[in-house]
Amino acid sequence: MTFSVRIQTEDFDLSQEVQTLRSGIADIGAVCVFVGTVRDRNDGDDVSTLELEHYPGMTEKSIEQMLNEAQQRFDIISAKVIHRVGILNPLDQIVLVAVTSAHRGQSFQACEFLMDYLKTQAPFWKKETGPNGSHWVDARISDDQALARWGIQVKNALPQ
Amino acid sequence: MKVTLRFFSSLREQLGLSTQEHETSAINVAQLRSELMRLQPNYAQVLSSGKAIRVAVNQEVCDENTLLSEGCEVAFFPPVTGG
Repeated sequence: MTFSVRIQTEDFDLSQEVQTLRSGIADIGAVCVFVGTVRDRNDGDDVSTLELEHYPGMTEKSIEQMLNEAQQRFDIISAKVIHRVGILNPLDQIVLVAVTSAHRGQSFQACEFLMDYLKTQAPFWKKETGPNGSHWVDARISDDQALARWGIQVKNALPQ
Repeated sequence: MKVTLRFFSSLREQLGLSTQEHETSAINVAQLRSELMRLQPNYAQVLSSGKAIRVAVNQEVCDENTLLSEGCEVAFFPPVTGG
């Protein structure tokens, strides 16, 4: 699978994932990887656990669409998205986006594009728990603005 | 027609409901939302206009004018916050 999506509760091993992504593909000259991790503070509040919910089926489909879009826009060779769900703790890995290309420019751009897209388009929801209880995390307008840089207008964060 | 309703995240919690079969006379998403709000006070509270609610029909994000079809799956959820 040169382009793949996995939603899972288990952790992932970065070096193993990169190894399989470029295995046997000798025209790859660049691998760009983003890993998102759980912070112990968000907007000034302490965070003890983070719970990730998704929409089985739609989440995978929406990320596959993103990968298709990335292939149209950038000269990339392979890509992989892994997103964890369930209960996570500070320091845990949440998400991995890994992209390969012949030269660095295209994979750098595609990696950022995929993360910007994922933030506002893939059905995941975060719930934070801290000393004052639990709450669902609000969407950020800055994430909509990040995707707008690629010419894609969305209003995920705005009331509608 | 028969549709399957699905609720996620804060909407699921507020309704205490993640999925439900529903017989509707609505033809589109906007009508379904109003119908549900008329039906039960807890729907009225959770789905009230002015709240940031996203809707997907058959797992594709859509707008209020999207038409429903027999057996379709209609999901309601708040803005997404993954990554």
